[in-house]
Amino acid sequence: MQKTSMSIAVVGSGGAGSITAGNLLLEAAARSGSYGILTRSVGPQIRGGEAAALIRLSSEPIDSICDSYDILLALDWKNADRFAAELPMGPHSLIITDPEQGAIPAVIGGSGAQVRELPIGKLAKSINKGRPNMIALGVLAEVLSIPRESIKAVLTKQLGDKGEQVLQSSMDTVTAGMTAAQDIAKQPLPKSNGSGSGHWLITGNQATGLGAVRAGVRFVAAYPITPATEVLEWLATALQKVGGKLVQAEDELASVNMIIGASYGGIPSLTATSGPGLSLMMEGLGLAVSAEVPIVVVDVMRVGPSTGIATKAEQSDLNIALYGLHGDAPHLVLAPVSITDCLFTAQWSVYLAEAMQVPAILLSDQYLGQAMAIIEPPEAVNFKAARSIAQHSDGEYLRYADTGNGISPMAIPGTPGQQYTADGLEHSMAGTPSTRAEDHALQMDKRQRKLDKFDYGDYWAEIEGAGAHAIITWGSTTGAVREALGRLRAEGIDDIRMVAMRLLSPAQPGKFRQTMAGVSKVLVIEQSHSGQFYKYLRAHYDLPGESELFHRAGPLLLRPGETADQIRHWRQA
Amino acid sequence: MNQIAETMSTTPRNPAEYRSRVQPIWCPGCGDYSVLLEITKALAALELPPEQVAIVSGIGCSSRFPAYSNCYGFHGIHGRALPLATGLKVARPELTVITTGGDGDGFSIGGNHFLHACRRNVDITYIVMDNQVYGMTKGQASPTTDPDWDSVLTPGGTGIRPFQPLVIALASGANFVARAFAGDPEGTTQIIIEGIKHPGFSFIQILSPCVTFRPEQREWRNQVRPAPVPTTGDPSVAAKRIMTDDGFNLGILYAGDRPSYQTGLKDGSMPASELGREFVL
Repeated sequence: MQKTSMSIAVVGSGGAGSITAGNLLLEAAARSGSYGILTRSVGPQIRGGEAAALIRLSSEPIDSICDSYDILLALDWKNADRFAAELPMGPHSLIITDPEQGAIPAVIGGSGAQVRELPIGKLAKSINKGRPNMIALGVLAEVLSIPRESIKAVLTKQLGDKGEQVLQSSMDTVTAGMTAAQDIAKQPLPKSNGSGSGHWLITGNQATGLGAVRAGVRFVAAYPITPATEVLEWLATALQKVGGKLVQAEDELASVNMIIGASYGGIPSLTATSGPGLSLMMEGLGLAVSAEVPIVVVDVMRVGPSTGIATKAEQSDLNIALYGLHGDAPHLVLAPVSITDCLFTAQWSVYLAEAMQVPAILLSDQYLGQAMAIIEPPEAVNFKAARSIAQHSDGEYLRYADTGNGISPMAIPGTPGQQYTADGLEHSMAGTPSTRAEDHALQMDKRQRKLDKFDYGDYWAEIEGAGAHAIITWGSTTGAVREALGRLRAEGIDDIRMVAMRLLSPAQPGKFRQTMAGVSKVLVIEQSHSGQFYKYLRAHYDLPGESELFHRAGPLLLRPGETADQIRHWRQA
Repeated sequence: MNQIAETMSTTPRNPAEYRSRVQPIWCPGCGDYSVLLEITKALAALELPPEQVAIVSGIGCSSRFPAYSNCYGFHGIHGRALPLATGLKVARPELTVITTGGDGDGFSIGGNHFLHACRRNVDITYIVMDNQVYGMTKGQASPTTDPDWDSVLTPGGTGIRPFQPLVIALASGANFVARAFAGDPEGTTQIIIEGIKHPGFSFIQILSPCVTFRPEQREWRNQVRPAPVPTTGDPSVAAKRIMTDDGFNLGILYAGDRPSYQTGLKDGSMPASELGREFVL
């Protein structure tokens, strides 16, 4: 029986080209009709560290990484021990290795996988300007039965501007790899019936940028940080195409204040960062709450605390995103539930921030952000920045007027007669600094009311399935949960519903209560050491019946198989 | 400059048009009252409509400034006025953006932004009311305080050499560097006018006495003098003068012609709806 999904790892030291080979393989598979995800496992070194392209290909759209690898191809074994824990394998797995690169490290060879030796290095040397990673690409194309023409099409696109000779030597190298692998048992590529035409090839970081621009973001301040930089880099080019401006800031304190300044000027604005940068932005976020200036801060979460592990994912910035601002500072916290959903949730975040004149923190993570995925074309949605703007009038302008829904029209500098001072100091309705208890109470109520009265529709969570059991999860963990529940349904277990929260702040206890009607047992699944999400749920929601927690810290992502095991065990207990 | 010319009105403006009704919290005798008057006079002289001016500040006595003006204002957080002003000016280049603040806000907590604002050379006028003390927190040494100035927090003085804001501004690339004295209304007003008109980042240090915590600064009026030499556009000449004067020479000490940072949102030709095409197989 052909598998519905299979997984391939291409490993090597940084600079050996394993990621390049993986990306080319993914795109060739995409053009053959496969869905898939490529994650990179890399160390902090730019060159010479470890680098692995971890590819999962499927006949159906997928959101999660695999349970174990079917094929591991090693260009070399340098530093392979550093990511061995991320490469589960078993007797079904095949290791393709070059004997010149020495013995397979015990941590990998001990899995019982079959081993096939191929002289990858020698084959590459036999071709003018041949590179081992192109041999690897040819080997994998052959084993997966990807036609030579598909590889050529992808290479032409990638290398077209480097001239005919470069393309020819690469194709010669790929062909040599294909020939060398002819007697390896075929493991045909899982693919859909279509040709892949119309599918998208996109990373979560790119999708986040796209959602932001679609919603109307035209000013971006940027300070580079792994793993968020690609959001900013993509926006730099995109804003040149659609109009707008990106400014590289001197630090994250500057970037958050720059977007506050630009947004005060009337332009929807955003920045992207990761944990260390988010920590620095907290005071600025509080200012945006007090001054009621809409901004969006994307946090592509990585392993913390402190510098942590910059290149790997964890869901451990939830606490700081929810509670890191000093004072009572109502604001939005959102999280995409899949790579595809980065687009929707980013777009929705900008829309919400602008509509309520409030900062939004969007919690993506390294997995969602840096994974390259083959997806169905995302549905276009109509969320556009639409701020309530004060028009010119001769009467007294009350910037922070006490309105029914808490949202007061904002004057844009340049508008005559509406001058006001935006302030981090507590203020009167006119915006004048105030230490009066009644002004503080009124403005606190107003700032909270904006968020409480807003209609978030059904977007606050993704809800799937029904039954007396409920899994509650968020963010990237949703992918593993969704797949685990799919497998359990295939086994006939269909009494479990999944609630994957997209809107984390403000909490939606009313909608949650309706969603949980009939549930007697709850399992919370997340990727943090201390159970941040579980504690958040316990603080803001009534969890029906007994509740349990399945969690672990990053960087090892939850896999669908182990998640299904946990769910099965919990359901039976 | 062009924006200023275009928005000129035919009726002369009154400095009072630029004042709000909010009463300053400053101590009687504070130099900042004079600076408030001097800035409003400069804006009136430039005939800028108040709604076309934005005054951005951080935290401290002098950072209270925006609420006292009738322009658009932003009273932000400690040390971060310059990035906020940068974002605003880049997004809305037609506005005249002025940043006000003190020596602690600008040179201590905001020091890094000061360097990079000078470097970036966005067309903003940065007015620092320098009184060599943290006044709002009741009298601690600031970066420009002399090393032997005694305070409760630093008994016997900090022992640290004072920060040299004008030298730093020049070295970092500010396009206009000037020193003024709050108690010199005509000279200061004129320097502010020139600073606003000059393209790029204009840095104006205004010696503004704190009569409460530094009463000896009342003597400044007897110490200041117009710089004995005309403005230079040569940074090496300016650097030598600034580094060797006693800190009391007033005037425009440097006016350069380095191109300003490109502000404004670039026009694009592609509708945002088409932006996803690059991802389609």
